[in-house]
Amino acid sequence: MSFLLVQALSGLATAATLFLVSSGLTIVFGVTRIVNFAHGSFYMVGAYAGWSLIERFGGTPAGFWGSVTAAALAMGVLGAAMEIGLLRRLYRSPELFQLLGTFGVVLVVQDLTAWAWGPEDLLGRRAPGLKGSIDILDQPFPLYDLVLIGLGPLVLGLLWLLFNRTRWGTLVRAATQDREMASALGVDPARLFTGVLFLGCALAGLGGALQVPREAVTLQMDMAIVVEAFVVVVVGGMGSLAGAFLASLLIGQLQAFGILVFPQITLVLVFLFMAVVLVLRPHGLLGRAEEVPPTAPATVTVPLSTGGHTGSWALALLALLAAVPLVAGDYALILLTEVVILALFAASLHLLIGLGGLVSFGHAAWFGLGAYGSALLVKHMGAPMPLALAGAPVLAGLGALVAGWFCVRRSGLYFAMLTLAFAQIAWSIAFQWYAVTGGDNGILGVWPSSWAAGKAAYYWLTLALCGGTLWLLRRAAFAPFGYALRAGRDSGLRAESVGIDVRRFQWMAFVLAGSAAGLAGGLYAFAKGSVFPTLLAVPQSVDALVMVLMGGIQTVAGPLAGAVVFHLLKSEVMSLTDWWRLVLGLIIVALVLVFPRGIVGFLSGLRSSFVRRRA
Amino acid sequence: MSKLPMSKLVVRDLQRSFGGVQAVGGVSFTLRSGDLLALIGPNGAGKSTCFNLLNGQLRPDSGSVRLDGTELVGLPPRRIWALGVGRTFQITATFASMTVAENVQMVLLSRARRLFGLWRPAALQFREPALALLERVGMAAQADRPCGVLAYGDVKRVELAMALASEPTVLLMDEPTAGMAPAERLALMELTAELVRERGLAVLFTEHDMDAVFGHATRVLVLDRGRLIAEGSPDQVRADPRVQSVYLGGEA
Amino acid sequence: MKHRHPTASPLAKVLRPAALFAAVSVSFCIAANPAMAQSAPQPAKPPVTFSGAPVRVGEINSYTGLPAFTIPYRQGWQLALEEINAQGGVIGCCELQVVSRDDAGKPDDAVRVAQELVTNEAVDVLAGTYFSHIGLAVADFAARNKVPFVAAEPLTDAITWSKGNRYTFRLRPSTYMQAAMLVEEAAKLPAKRWATVAPNYEYGQSAVAWFKQLLKEKRPDVEFVAEQWPVQGKLEAGPTVQALAAAKPDAIFNVTFGADLAKFVREGEGRGLFRNRKIVSLLTGEPEYLEPMKDEAPEGWIVTGYPWEQIDTPAHKAFVAAYTARFKESPKAGSIVGYITMKAVAAAITKAKSANAEPIVDALAGLTIDSPVGPVTFRASDHQATMGAYVGTTTLKDGRGTMKDWHYADGANYLPPDDAARKMRPAE
Repeated sequence: MSFLLVQALSGLATAATLFLVSSGLTIVFGVTRIVNFAHGSFYMVGAYAGWSLIERFGGTPAGFWGSVTAAALAMGVLGAAMEIGLLRRLYRSPELFQLLGTFGVVLVVQDLTAWAWGPEDLLGRRAPGLKGSIDILDQPFPLYDLVLIGLGPLVLGLLWLLFNRTRWGTLVRAATQDREMASALGVDPARLFTGVLFLGCALAGLGGALQVPREAVTLQMDMAIVVEAFVVVVVGGMGSLAGAFLASLLIGQLQAFGILVFPQITLVLVFLFMAVVLVLRPHGLLGRAEEVPPTAPATVTVPLSTGGHTGSWALALLALLAAVPLVAGDYALILLTEVVILALFAASLHLLIGLGGLVSFGHAAWFGLGAYGSALLVKHMGAPMPLALAGAPVLAGLGALVAGWFCVRRSGLYFAMLTLAFAQIAWSIAFQWYAVTGGDNGILGVWPSSWAAGKAAYYWLTLALCGGTLWLLRRAAFAPFGYALRAGRDSGLRAESVGIDVRRFQWMAFVLAGSAAGLAGGLYAFAKGSVFPTLLAVPQSVDALVMVLMGGIQTVAGPLAGAVVFHLLKSEVMSLTDWWRLVLGLIIVALVLVFPRGIVGFLSGLRSSFVRRRA
Repeated sequence: MSKLPMSKLVVRDLQRSFGGVQAVGGVSFTLRSGDLLALIGPNGAGKSTCFNLLNGQLRPDSGSVRLDGTELVGLPPRRIWALGVGRTFQITATFASMTVAENVQMVLLSRARRLFGLWRPAALQFREPALALLERVGMAAQADRPCGVLAYGDVKRVELAMALASEPTVLLMDEPTAGMAPAERLALMELTAELVRERGLAVLFTEHDMDAVFGHATRVLVLDRGRLIAEGSPDQVRADPRVQSVYLGGEA
Repeated sequence: MKHRHPTASPLAKVLRPAALFAAVSVSFCIAANPAMAQSAPQPAKPPVTFSGAPVRVGEINSYTGLPAFTIPYRQGWQLALEEINAQGGVIGCCELQVVSRDDAGKPDDAVRVAQELVTNEAVDVLAGTYFSHIGLAVADFAARNKVPFVAAEPLTDAITWSKGNRYTFRLRPSTYMQAAMLVEEAAKLPAKRWATVAPNYEYGQSAVAWFKQLLKEKRPDVEFVAEQWPVQGKLEAGPTVQALAAAKPDAIFNVTFGADLAKFVREGEGRGLFRNRKIVSLLTGEPEYLEPMKDEAPEGWIVTGYPWEQIDTPAHKAFVAAYTARFKESPKAGSIVGYITMKAVAAAITKAKSANAEPIVDALAGLTIDSPVGPVTFRASDHQATMGAYVGTTTLKDGRGTMKDWHYADGANYLPPDDAARKMRPAE
């Protein structure tokens, strides 16, 4: 009994940290509709800043708590700076571009933090006066954790007062409910948003600084917390503080007791929980229905145009690409093979985002499922390469068929997080099912048949398969199917009222995109000779998103350009410097600021303004 | 009138509440082919809710809507559409990323059950019939402009063409002339009246502009706080003291 | 203050600070931290002139993914490289050159980088890697492309056994070997009830599996009463510690490391988990893990590790002196691994008298070199090196963690016999 009580208290301490971080995220999202990927970075830097201050001043209780507060405020200032320097310039861009911009910030912050504080884990001082533990029913329990448990509700209370008892809070709430109304009330939305970013990031920093007495400060803290914070926010209902609090409590307890019941399932417990909540409750536990899906693309979109000479240009490009092996070396061919595969991967995601308005955070699931499908056919059934390659889109498509049925019943960020949940579940199966998947050690020896073993031969095979599939995807985009998908995105109401079963088209698109990504995955497996769970992991999904957004979501050629630029950039910068994340991050931020419509969008904009000027 | 027009849409005792507030309470009426029936009432009287109940976007708490004897309650909007009930929206809803012609083509494709095509470009299918429909509503000249950049009144006309593309027998129009210049309004209402005569359409429309209502409607329904308070010819309704009190007392 | 409309600001205004920021921060970072610049180091020109063409080594590791462990490793091989070339290079004629690359912590990136090194940089030997799965991916690549590969740090048994291949050799003592070293000590304890805590992936799982199997062989009377499998990097310290304590074990076998370990130690101390219990812990004695814990390093744990400041063989003292002089910091376990890796590569090339793959592979099989930790042999049977580890007890000295009562456990004593090892490898 006493053991269960203490276990529950441990869960509460976890919940307190989760709540501090996710409350900031949910506030920022509620008001600005920005999916702030960099939220975890503020948590991490808050922890580092807190560590430095506590090492210097944390000897006394006043010094300690002063240091924690100062770190939190510093993160608030950094958050406000990010709003003014970056986000403010993006409010009129498609909303996803803010996601891309904040992702650039994540990369930059990772490297700057490593540079400033060094690579080693930093174990900070414990909170003065709270070092020991007290016995609760004969079980020792750390004092500091008790303080944290108290801090969660305290912060919730203070935030409640702030939002309900101050003019600023009232304005923020008004803006949360209706952004137009807020500006009608004479509020300068820019200043309001700066303030909200300050508050949200300060909360993240507070959460980070409070970790110093509990755990070592590391460079991996940002990604570890941000995904969990998103889970909390989505489970609780986006924009709902009380929801975030409730979800933190539940997830804290789930983790505390989950490890007792299923110690092996810790990897995926939270994501299973999120999937179940989202399947049962479309807007999380306490969320309200959104009038506009939060990730709807910009209202005025340029029509897709087939472009008069696209066909001949594509053929010329294909011919050029096919001729590359005559001049290029092995490595260039391998790089190009990867680019071609990733182009298909990005294009398959674009089918969902660009045409369907469905932003998937878990597209790597289908890429990875395809890769594993091929590898498993080779390893366990001795299948020849052509059969294994054919199996890739089939397995991925089947997976997408099942997951898609659930996902298309949700919209906006809820859709995105549900896809993430499915991807994490697929990942943890690949990671843990040793007998079949080889676990994290992966499956080795997935090499092409002898006729395709040469670098050039495999390149040609990849080019043919990817080129063919891309062409099919393009046809589908301009065929009634693609139009129906866009119709559902442009106006679901109208689409339904002219006989278009929007969900069915979205589901089909999900399967089609999943299969295409699966084929890309199968080709990738044979290109690399091995598959690993990393192929289904979050970074792989993020890469796909970055490629699509970089290229621009409003053109069919966008994802292709994005894949080329991103992959070449990454591989080149990576071989030049250890600080490739910094460079890549800065390039992404610059791209977002300069080309808010993506590279291809920018180029076609240039062309049309040129044409207009001549006309 | 010698021939008795057929009853197309029979609405009986339609009710719907939101969180204890009754938005539509016991509305019954009949829409016949050749009717141009106006549904009027002050803001918040429940007109839009009523529309959403009819086309399946909302489910009534009770009541029935029958189209040629077929019960519509419980069917999703796309099924009701397939049975021949077209609709235009109060807040314009078109496919902004497509051209005007493509918007209409989408409806034609949907009508022909050709939406699942993965091969032939959509823009090449049903273009001629789409242009003909656009011609009918006076939008042919703008057929290749993106719908997202049109003027408000033009979008309304595209919506009408889209609604007509499915060859409906019943057309629900939610404030068809809102946001239009007076001359445009007149033209649109005349066009609608013409269509009713030509095709034997049954049209139910809501409207704020009383000139449009009393100049064109064949009959008028008056809704107040979710209930029908008057029904009859424009002249009868205009003379009804309850209608006058609602309008004078409510909106003046 | 008036706010400008966001889109009204000119493009240049947006770009200039960003570009400036980029330029300044990149150049500053590289200038401030020369060790982080990736290209091979430019040692002071050795006074030696080389008569033959240079031999090239392609080196891959997770420098950005795990800098805390891989940067000491890099410094280790850099020191070795400088020494090798100062002493006349390899085969007595040729400079040894290293091209180093980051793998971003991803196996598919590692394979691409390996390809780039082999085709574009024309390297003759591959070396490096930290993570087991990346080591395996590069090993598979090496076998297919017939390039010798000396895996430095990955611990998985698979790399030399179930997935071993002709071209791959591994230096560090494997999970099995380290577990076997600890079992020897664990079996001497009176403890009968054991609990385990290990990160939930192959390394943790095979460490626990070996530990259980080997301990049961020596002590059939022990039982395992609880196991915890926290997610690597996301240990829920409070609940995990509490769950372990609830099982009332006599002793605990720990495999967690890094930030998880620090959290586990703090929470365990706070909740009295370690009171009157013996803890046996893999790798915890390595400075990489002990040093960040400062005066909170656990005391009395039985660990494998690297008590670098206490090892007083002349060879090791010379290594420590050279390393500290060169990098102004003390060596870590990764440093010695990096150092020996490069020395082994050079020795193999010299023994082969060739930069070609097959002779180098043949030379590596059975190669013995003298290292700062003693002689190390790459067994011909399974390509596992006999490098050992230091087994001892953790203690606090001058406010920081170190080891006492340690001894060097020679890897040769903790490996299965050649025949048995050969049987575990796939047929060639």
